[in-house]
Amino acid sequence: MVRALINCPKTAKKGEIVEIKTMISHVMETGYRPGADGKVVPRDILRRFTVRYAGEEIFSADLYPATAANPFISFHTVATQSGTFSFTWDGDNGFTQTETVAIIVT
Amino acid sequence: MIRPILLALLIPVAALAADIPLAERRSGYDFMSAGTQEMQREDALNPGMLWVAEGEALWSEAPSASAKSCAGCHGDAAASMRGVATRYPAFDDRTQKPVDLSQRINACRETHQQQPGYPAESRPLLGLAAYIGFQSRGLRVTPPDDPRLREARARGQALFSTPMGQLSFSCAQCHDDNWGKKLAGSPIPQAHPTGYPIYRLEWQSMGSLQRRLRNCMTGVRAEPFSYGATELVELELYLNGRAAGMAVETPGVRP
Repeated sequence: MVRALINCPKTAKKGEIVEIKTMISHVMETGYRPGADGKVVPRDILRRFTVRYAGEEIFSADLYPATAANPFISFHTVATQSGTFSFTWDGDNGFTQTETVAIIVT
Repeated sequence: MIRPILLALLIPVAALAADIPLAERRSGYDFMSAGTQEMQREDALNPGMLWVAEGEALWSEAPSASAKSCAGCHGDAAASMRGVATRYPAFDDRTQKPVDLSQRINACRETHQQQPGYPAESRPLLGLAAYIGFQSRGLRVTPPDDPRLREARARGQALFSTPMGQLSFSCAQCHDDNWGKKLAGSPIPQAHPTGYPIYRLEWQSMGSLQRRLRNCMTGVRAEPFSYGATELVELELYLNGRAAGMAVETPGVRP
């Protein structure tokens, strides 16, 4: 488990547009850089970011070696119902992490 | 007879004049682009907060079954660690030397938790330093007025104005005499250590003040002092005194 920060309103009115900001701790090693020993450091990046809202996929993004370390991704969505957002990052070397955040929609 | 007296009077005055007056002291933050400033200001954007979160988790995690966690002795960091980072480096009674915050964390770990100290620039050490520094965010830098620190601080000041490396630059030549101008297109800041540990975009990571100091030394093609060297702590000590009264920004973001 690595650190991930998710900034999402706890409550929203039905139909309201909410902004969600996410950041995860990751080196995003490009696979093109030589290490101190002169050998290329193997690639280690996050490849995909997926967000589900009450079970349904609402947002996803592909990430590439040019993405900076500790990727920050933000997006907007419409608050339709109370439920949970689940955020999943998948990457090289079998990396996968899921965080969940609850929202109450009135 | 008059001449030596005049000289003796002039030298200390000249040394004092090098310090930037409080009203003119500007954080490195002021020299950054609006985008990078926002990145530091907004916690949701600030990657340093990942290290703060790391430190927060470590704070209440016992390193072994027989050892207490940091919280086991110090309790809630929001109360017990408030203002602590504003006073470091401070004099350590045990070793009879000035120590910076990271060294204090490691000393606590060794003596009270019976654990090996964290390596320099390791994630847990930067995390704890960031978490403790974060508890002082917005407070003023208040270097301790400890007479035992005076000599070390004076040595730090002397080092600050000593030319080093193949380029033969002293810290003071850039950061006292030419701040606000540009060096290879980048603004020269005043070198106040108010945001450490910082998230540096160039590093794509968090780093300590010692890493930054070593970085500048490599820049002037000097062989940098090793991590934990007395010289680096003395420089830190002088820099903290030089930034007295400025607000702590930890975790800072720098380009």
